[in-house]
Amino acid sequence: MTDYIIRNGFVYDPVLGINGDIMDVAVRDGKIVDAGDVTKATEIDASGMTVMAAAVDIHAHVAGPKVNVGRNFRPEDKLFNCNVGSGVKRMEAGFSVPTTIRTGYLYARMGFGFSMEAAMPPLYARHTHEEIVDTPIIDQGALPVFGNNWFVLEYIKENEVENTAAYIAWLLAQTKGYGVKCVNPGGTESWGWGMNCETVDDVVPYFDVTPRQIVDGLIAANEMLGLPHCMHVHGNSLGEPGNYGVTLDTLKIAEGHKPNNEFGRESVLHHTHLQFHCYGGESYASKSFESKSKEVMDYVNSTDNITFDLGVVTLDETTTMTADGPFEFHLSHMNSLKWANTDVELETGSGIVPFIYNPKTFIAGAQWAVGLELGLLVKDPMKAYVTTDAPNAGPLMRYPRVYKWLMSAKAREDMLNNVLKYGDSIRARCYIGELDREISLYELAMMTRAGPAKTLGLGHMFGSLKAGLEGDVAVYPYNPESDTDDPEKIEYAFGNCATLIKGGELIIKEGEVVSNGRQKRTFWVNAKTNENPVVERDISEKFKRYYTVTQNNYTVEGHHYMPNPYVIEVDATK
Amino acid sequence: MAKITLTPTKTPTLRLEAENICPDSFAGKSNEEIANLHVFVGKESQALGDYFEIAGESGSTAAETTIVINGDVNRVKYIGMKMSAGEVIINGDADMYVGAWMSGGKINANGSVDAFSGLGMTGGELIIKGDAGNYLGAAYRGDWRGMQGGTIRVSGNAGSDVGTFMRGGTIIIGGNVDVHVGTHMEGGTIIVKGDAKSRVGGQMVKGDIYVFGDIEVMMPGFQYRKDVDSEVDGTTGSFALYEGDIGERHGKSKGETIYGKLYMKH
Amino acid sequence: MSRSWMRLRSLRRSAYRQVGNLAKIVTDVVCPFCGTLCDDLEVALDDSGEKILEVYNACAIGAAKFLHSQAEDRLTRPQMKQEDGSWKEVTYDEAVEYTAQMLIDAKKPLMYGWSSTSCSAQSVGSELGEVVGACMDNTATVCHGSSLIAVQDVGIPSATLGEIANRADRVVFWGCNPAHAHPRHMSRYSIFPRGFFTGKGSKSRKMVVVDPRRTDTAKMADIHLQLEQGHDYELLSAIRVAIRGEKLPKTVAGIPAETIYEVAETLKSGRFAVIFFGMGVTQSLGKNHNIDIAIAVTRDLNDYTKAAIIPMRGHYNVTGSGQVWGWQFGFPFCLDLSRGFARYNPGDSSSNDLLIRDEVDAAFVLGSDPGAHFPVGSVRKIAQMPSVCIDPHITPTSAVSKLHVPVAFVGVEVGGCAYRMDNVPIETRKVVEPPEGMLTDEEFLTMVLKRVKEMKGAA
Ligand code: SF4
Ligand SMILES: [Zn+2]
Repeated sequence: MTDYIIRNGFVYDPVLGINGDIMDVAVRDGKIVDAGDVTKATEIDASGMTVMAAAVDIHAHVAGPKVNVGRNFRPEDKLFNCNVGSGVKRMEAGFSVPTTIRTGYLYARMGFGFSMEAAMPPLYARHTHEEIVDTPIIDQGALPVFGNNWFVLEYIKENEVENTAAYIAWLLAQTKGYGVKCVNPGGTESWGWGMNCETVDDVVPYFDVTPRQIVDGLIAANEMLGLPHCMHVHGNSLGEPGNYGVTLDTLKIAEGHKPNNEFGRESVLHHTHLQFHCYGGESYASKSFESKSKEVMDYVNSTDNITFDLGVVTLDETTTMTADGPFEFHLSHMNSLKWANTDVELETGSGIVPFIYNPKTFIAGAQWAVGLELGLLVKDPMKAYVTTDAPNAGPLMRYPRVYKWLMSAKAREDMLNNVLKYGDSIRARCYIGELDREISLYELAMMTRAGPAKTLGLGHMFGSLKAGLEGDVAVYPYNPESDTDDPEKIEYAFGNCATLIKGGELIIKEGEVVSNGRQKRTFWVNAKTNENPVVERDISEKFKRYYTVTQNNYTVEGHHYMPNPYVIEVDATK
Repeated sequence: MAKITLTPTKTPTLRLEAENICPDSFAGKSNEEIANLHVFVGKESQALGDYFEIAGESGSTAAETTIVINGDVNRVKYIGMKMSAGEVIINGDADMYVGAWMSGGKINANGSVDAFSGLGMTGGELIIKGDAGNYLGAAYRGDWRGMQGGTIRVSGNAGSDVGTFMRGGTIIIGGNVDVHVGTHMEGGTIIVKGDAKSRVGGQMVKGDIYVFGDIEVMMPGFQYRKDVDSEVDGTTGSFALYEGDIGERHGKSKGETIYGKLYMKH
Repeated sequence: MSRSWMRLRSLRRSAYRQVGNLAKIVTDVVCPFCGTLCDDLEVALDDSGEKILEVYNACAIGAAKFLHSQAEDRLTRPQMKQEDGSWKEVTYDEAVEYTAQMLIDAKKPLMYGWSSTSCSAQSVGSELGEVVGACMDNTATVCHGSSLIAVQDVGIPSATLGEIANRADRVVFWGCNPAHAHPRHMSRYSIFPRGFFTGKGSKSRKMVVVDPRRTDTAKMADIHLQLEQGHDYELLSAIRVAIRGEKLPKTVAGIPAETIYEVAETLKSGRFAVIFFGMGVTQSLGKNHNIDIAIAVTRDLNDYTKAAIIPMRGHYNVTGSGQVWGWQFGFPFCLDLSRGFARYNPGDSSSNDLLIRDEVDAAFVLGSDPGAHFPVGSVRKIAQMPSVCIDPHITPTSAVSKLHVPVAFVGVEVGGCAYRMDNVPIETRKVVEPPEGMLTDEEFLTMVLKRVKEMKGAA
């Protein structure tokens, strides 16, 4: 394997406390090493450029059944939006829902090394894994959804945390999943009957359990197992005006829970795309709607066991997709566009609707403001991760644009003054106009690397340039001394990295993709638990009576689903 | 206005993909450069000059360019695709996608055109002397924004799926149409001077459809409202006004539900 | 005492049991025939483990598929058609060479089929198609392609088949006849199961069949709407009008208005309604529009109750083919990759249109039989051009092809992923070994891909 030394870049690494020092970074045998430890390395000149560990995405919808519905039912998303394959590169297509091939290349161009698929319906795990296999370059994992699962609902109703934990461990092993995702707890099961859970105390029909109990039980089970990642929630009433109270109720469930893991993770609850959950008012009209980002962030800033990602609205035409079935139904009534829905037996559901965040409307601009406010109001950037909930609030390829808005008050002003039609009412109804903070490159490295890696329990592999970590390094054509004049340079640089080394392999050379990656891995977590005959019996009962596949045919195994697995072992037998 | 003439010299073995036959591509180019513009036969990239003799000259902008095709190009696809200005005159029959996604300018097809002509059109004029194939002025697959502006005028007959997801503009068919006219229509006007078979205005939200001849099978979701006198594309007459599609969603204006309007000539 | 769930998993690998000392039973076998994709079959093997003796739990067609694989006169090596029309055995290497050369020489090869094979084979095939600039299409083109188009226009509120088994109390079969085409559908998923919320089985369900013919399925229905052929769109539109309580003409599609109101009420009054539909609507007049409006009915019903709609997909893995192409190229069928990027437009890039319009100049067929299912005009075109047919059987397609490459049976002699009609992916199982020296289709495709890359590299 070739060794690399990246010379003379401006290096940012919050884990090591390096803040723009001009240094060399070295990779040997696929791992980061001290620059002095390589001798016959290929030299890469990074002078005048920004060097960081490759980025880590904690939440994106890039592989799996609903993503593919989004692709297949939107031919118009690909019309005049494709790249011809050339050299080693295969053809690419799609704007809001790119093909797996384009997804891999996009991540590479943006300098990412790891991405977590945010919602895997267990029964469709094979599909998710098949797509992961066909996504080049990037390491990936996937979070199975648990928040509406019949086993979980039944165990939690009876306060059976241990059984919940045993079931989670079993399911992770069956589906090769990474952790515990919970989408609209209880609401999606209610949607099985056309209903929803709008607050944390609504009762799920028949199962007689509340979202509050579900979130609490899943956190407890997650910590009982000591999984690398914490419970990852998308709360109730996403996108509803006035929902911030529900959000605070959800976040407060974390009180009293302590992290228990061997991975250095401090959070017990990760709230995803928080932007969609910080709304005040009673409607989307400018006289009623208001941002409650500050109210929510005041609480988050006062805690030490909660993390979140932003979910910034990028003002594009995109495709929304979520396991929150009732939300998508609701959305389809708002915009009358095509609506796909799949309810999944015993487990979950999902919906997909195209959506246009029109900068000419008040509400889209206000949503844009709320997402950025969260990133600007957070005290400790290690808690706040940049996402667009891709593609829900915006396409994956827009990450660099979000960085620009976070890093430049000038860029935000330009939006409010020149792009958004209702800039003034947005200033009046949101906090954006009062915030002049500019996220620094050092903070950006926290919000896109060190932070998400730590919360995923992957701080020992990703997010820093510490010796021994994975040889994942991105070099961006951005000079922090001379390129500060124009915020567009931020967006360009972070979407077009000059060099990407992934797992020690040169993927992008002088801005061009030169390899489809030989090392691409699928991460999953194997948690050992004590034998649990009750859960084993319940599982075989449910398969016999209510599933339409046999238990033996449920398990995902085989080389073609995971040619290159990376298993994180957890011992939860004590 | 500068005029450039293309005379077909060779029939392609498969079909020729020639989106470059478009004032926007020709503008500001010498005839030699134009002869070198690519055309595709399957995966093979060839030169426009391999298939056409090129005479005259093109203008410096699209608006100043008229392209005349002298001969049958019924195996040539994408003529005038995405054109924004200028003129294309086709003295013969043409294959699929004539004027697809065009936003301005004028295409005069003096023969017939095949399917998907005027697909996703947003502006300009598409005049067809012969017949048109299926999906005239329809939306591209999956798009809820079909034809949004401009005019399509066909002297002969049109195939099925005229104006699917139409949002604006006008389509006038001199002859008869096959099934599915203005399906999912949400704006614009379709005028059929001959007969229509069935499924006229199915799932229609808004917009106007006029039929001068007969409709073989009427959609059940259309209800007769009243008779109106009207002038339609130069013809004055009395029309029976139907509203629908009752089963479909509809917007409201000043408290009143706005339906699609189907006018049948008495 | 601790246990890793991984160990539990490994128990599954030996999913067979010994019966006396005569036969061995392989359990949890997946039927590679129709889109019902039953996964509870048991196959009895002789004690050598090489011969299939009996197939349990399958319907007659499913069982026949397994038993047929063992036919004595089966081809095991590629055959090349000679000038005089006779067939000559060739090696797999020669077959690879011919196929690679044909795909490279063609300006626009058609690579059709892909419905009766595994997703891994489809994935290799996709890359091959990309490298040679092919038009790629699957059997949806003559079957449920119209449904895929409709989904692109209006979406689809749907559910897995287990949701139907556990919740549905209103079941509509529109233009399909599961009693014949998907024999175990009603017993496993739609009519008879006693699910979590449907404990009374068929008694908890009302069954509506819409079909111009009095089919065996129709005979079981609570309500049979025997509409006039070709008027599905009008009838579905009328149901939408009735759901809204608006006025209808006296009859629509030959069905009296009162009956239409009654059906609308039946559907609205249920807790969970489902519409299954098949070729009777997907391929009759208006095609995609019929499905489009059936989806609209389902969408409307969700304002009153819960409703879903599911296509009765035919080939066992036509769904998977659309999925693989979806994630690699963005479209489920009718792909034109000839210009180095993916284009899609049925009516243009659909196999039959390509063939009839002379837009393709070579044919590669795998996992389907267009010779039997395409119009004669299209088949004649295939017969005139360089062509390869990859199929375990001798078929009407192999008969008109220049080269026939027999391969192992997916789901019998080799495993691999397949997607059920509700898109649920299931791993099919290998039950017996293929005849000695026989390749799987994935292996053959991999060899062709390698050879094509070599040839292109050399050029
Ligand atoms: S119903 Fe279909 S999948 Fe099931 S056994 Fe019969 S043929 Fe096979
Ligand atoms: Zn999400």
